[in-house]
Amino acid sequence: MMSDTGSGKSAAGGEGKPDLGRRWVNLLLGTGIISTIAAFIYPAIRYVIPPPVSESTNLSVVAAKVAELKTNSAKVFRFGSEPAILIRAADGQYRAFTAVCTHLGCTVQYRPDLHEIWCPCHNGTYDLQGRNISGPPPRPLAQFQVHIQGEDIVVVRNA
Amino acid sequence: MRIMKRSSNINRRARGCVIIVAVMLWALNAVAAAPPKDSCIACHSTLPGQYGQPAKLFSADIHHQVGLSCADCHGGDRNDDSMNAMSPSKGFRGAPTKAQIPEFCGRCHSDPSYMRKFNPGLRTDQVSEYLTSVHGKRLKQGDSKVAVCVDCHSVHNIRAPSDPRAPVYPTNVAETCARCHADANYMKGYRIPTNQYALYKKSVHAAVLAGGDTSAPTCSTCHGNHGATPPGVSSVANVCGTCHAMNEQLFEKSPHGAAFAKMGLPGCVQCHSNHEIVKPADSWVGTDPKSLCLTCHVKGDNGYAAAQAIGGGLDKLKAAYHDADAVLDTAERSGMEVSSARVELSSAHSDLIKARVAVHSFNAADVLKITNQGVDTSHKAYEAGIAALHERNYRRKGLAIALIAIVIAISGLYFKIRQMERST
Amino acid sequence: MAGLKRRFVDWLDERLGGGSIEEFLRHKKVPIHRHTIWYYFGGMALFLFVIQVLTGILLLMYYRPTASGAFESVQFIMTQVKFGWLIRSIHSWSANLMILIVFIHMFSVYFLKAYRKPRELTWVSGMLLFFIVLAFGFSGYLLPWNTLAFFATKVGTDMAGFVPFIGKWILVFLRGGNEVTGATLTRFFGFHVAVLPGLATLLLALHLLLVQRLGMSVPPGVEKKIKEGQEPERSMPFFPNFLLRDIMGWYGALGVLGALAAIFPWELGTKANPFGSAPAGIHPEWYFLFMYQTLKYLPAKIFFINSELLGLMGFGIAGAIWVLVPFLDYKTGFGKVTRFFTGLGIFALGYIIVMSVLALVG
Repeated sequence: MMSDTGSGKSAAGGEGKPDLGRRWVNLLLGTGIISTIAAFIYPAIRYVIPPPVSESTNLSVVAAKVAELKTNSAKVFRFGSEPAILIRAADGQYRAFTAVCTHLGCTVQYRPDLHEIWCPCHNGTYDLQGRNISGPPPRPLAQFQVHIQGEDIVVVRNA
Repeated sequence: MRIMKRSSNINRRARGCVIIVAVMLWALNAVAAAPPKDSCIACHSTLPGQYGQPAKLFSADIHHQVGLSCADCHGGDRNDDSMNAMSPSKGFRGAPTKAQIPEFCGRCHSDPSYMRKFNPGLRTDQVSEYLTSVHGKRLKQGDSKVAVCVDCHSVHNIRAPSDPRAPVYPTNVAETCARCHADANYMKGYRIPTNQYALYKKSVHAAVLAGGDTSAPTCSTCHGNHGATPPGVSSVANVCGTCHAMNEQLFEKSPHGAAFAKMGLPGCVQCHSNHEIVKPADSWVGTDPKSLCLTCHVKGDNGYAAAQAIGGGLDKLKAAYHDADAVLDTAERSGMEVSSARVELSSAHSDLIKARVAVHSFNAADVLKITNQGVDTSHKAYEAGIAALHERNYRRKGLAIALIAIVIAISGLYFKIRQMERST
Repeated sequence: MAGLKRRFVDWLDERLGGGSIEEFLRHKKVPIHRHTIWYYFGGMALFLFVIQVLTGILLLMYYRPTASGAFESVQFIMTQVKFGWLIRSIHSWSANLMILIVFIHMFSVYFLKAYRKPRELTWVSGMLLFFIVLAFGFSGYLLPWNTLAFFATKVGTDMAGFVPFIGKWILVFLRGGNEVTGATLTRFFGFHVAVLPGLATLLLALHLLLVQRLGMSVPPGVEKKIKEGQEPERSMPFFPNFLLRDIMGWYGALGVLGALAAIFPWELGTKANPFGSAPAGIHPEWYFLFMYQTLKYLPAKIFFINSELLGLMGFGIAGAIWVLVPFLDYKTGFGKVTRFFTGLGIFALGYIIVMSVLALVG
């Protein structure tokens, strides 16, 4: 089939009986190489461009805007794949906790009438430090740090 | 010159210090050198057996720690070194008999003005409560086998109930009661069971308590401590309801609430038992053979229909929840972002928990309202999971495009090689 | 166009020493015979190594080597970063494919006796590269900080502790302490992205240099036939004929990697909890399974010697023999093929396959 072929470059193409014309082969090869390079470069460039959330949302998240919460009210927001609760107490202080009840994992809510965090499933209550004060919850709610950055209320998980 | 002045200054200050320290040492010495004289301890700690034991134990006793001595309970004169210290003329009372013990302790513990000196928050109604208990009533009738103060609190090394070593610390209470109540021999003649402790140990309450939650119930939580008495049929639901408030409220309003009361059945205990309160299962409700509803209800009556509806609602919600959970798991493993669907699904989980509470209304419509809401949420989360899985198809499209490009390149290379090698 | 290329090559040649590139390209030839297919595996391993370097660099842009951030950052790459799933899955799949290809390359070289004189050093450098590749696999496995990797690393580094005298020291060195902790993760990260790549690059340069200087080895059987005139001596130029074929293979590998990544994205598992109990069914990566299975079969004590120690010694000796094969089997260099070493190779290959299959099935 092929013995020592030597340098293919010096031989003039198109002689013999190629299946396709030299031009067609070059076109095929050129298209192939350029399109594959595009197919490899495109994902790499998209990868390098940072995503809109530049950090893992499991560590920090914008829970609300400053204007959003009145005093003595609260908002349940998504933190990673779990609900969390941001409370603006009657004294205006922000506090954030996981909203997952330590008893059976229901989502807790804020009770403006009691000034307490309340779980509707089994009537468990927590105070505004997250401590379990009545009902079945066996442990306090994990607390998060709250930072105010301009208009945003940022909640940060303690690493 | 300046330096000299400074040094004399320092000297003067140093001298002042020495004097102050000397005065303090002297004061300390005076306190340390004169411990309150206690001839009771001095003498009794050298005695063997039952005469020496109390003196040896007493240093661990809360009463010793607040500064009380033997004589404060037993009378006598601790400053007298002779046997005269224990003469009735010095107010010596000696050891009380078992029947005397409640009053013996009550001398102080029932006196609010005296107790206020040590712990203003401490209750002073223990003795009067005790006299209402089964123990107290039997003691009055001359039964000396019943528990008195020292049987539970121990004696001479009495510790505060908040001390984990105290026999009345929450995690120790059950063992303390069991010392008598689980002893079939000792309890012979009382015609009450002795297996309560063994049953309690199997309960969810014991498991939670052992897990470190000292607010979990033990014997005294339901029976009371000083007024220990079994809750009567009518008060069972109230006792359980102190913690399980939602369940109790629903139960009282339910058809069972009134019916059980009329029939003299003890509410909660009917299904959950008393001491062996195990973790309830969803199979308890419904119409399958394990269902507790079928103990009373038979096919064709209203209760049967309600049981069927409630059991079906719970099953449907559980199935929908698990389907959604499984799809989201698959999506997560494929690297899809489904955390918002996860949060949504967590509300379905809440619904399942709420529905399990709502079962105690024994009202099918109320339960189904909650379960249907949970089923809807689960379906939404499921759809979100499926949508995320469609993202995989997008990836496959991208893959197909890349593969086409690769195939073009490979065939280009193939023809190039053929062309090159033919031409020579 | 052609003139420009000519001028560029001339420009380079002037600076690199007369005609070296063209000379090199013109003279490097690849023999053609029925075993030519095995020549492609070295190039394939090299290509996959390049893929590893490129995807590894991309992963470094988001990865964080701390116990509290590693798992989350990989999760972030997989879910938030565009095509992050692709890059990470390719890195993982390509790593496994590379190890497989390296195994094939090693055994093909062994059975074709390509290690014989004068290529002893090529074999030794190749073996060292092989160990480095395994170390890459072992250290990279821990980096996502998931449960499975955590416990596999715990068991794997435990093994090092059985080495006599210095075992304890090696264990502490590997773990950065007595236990597998965040310190271990930081250390493994350092090995994986700095120490090992540096060593691999040096050895790779040596390995390739030796291959270029000595040319491709023709198997003894083929060599004999050519000498006896039963077969013509055929070859093709490395450039462009062989290289173009190489590139075809590489494109094929890329297609396979892309398909694997898109259809079977590499799983992340659950975050490691150092205080949790080991999950059921922890096992090392597939390429360590044969050793793992052997240790499982050994009784606890053999002649009062700890079986882990014995197993480790066994593998150590076997590895040393394997590395030194060109010197032990020196006779092959004179054209005498020793059956014993072929048999040894078949035994080793059979042992690895049987033990791995047993571990996967059992």
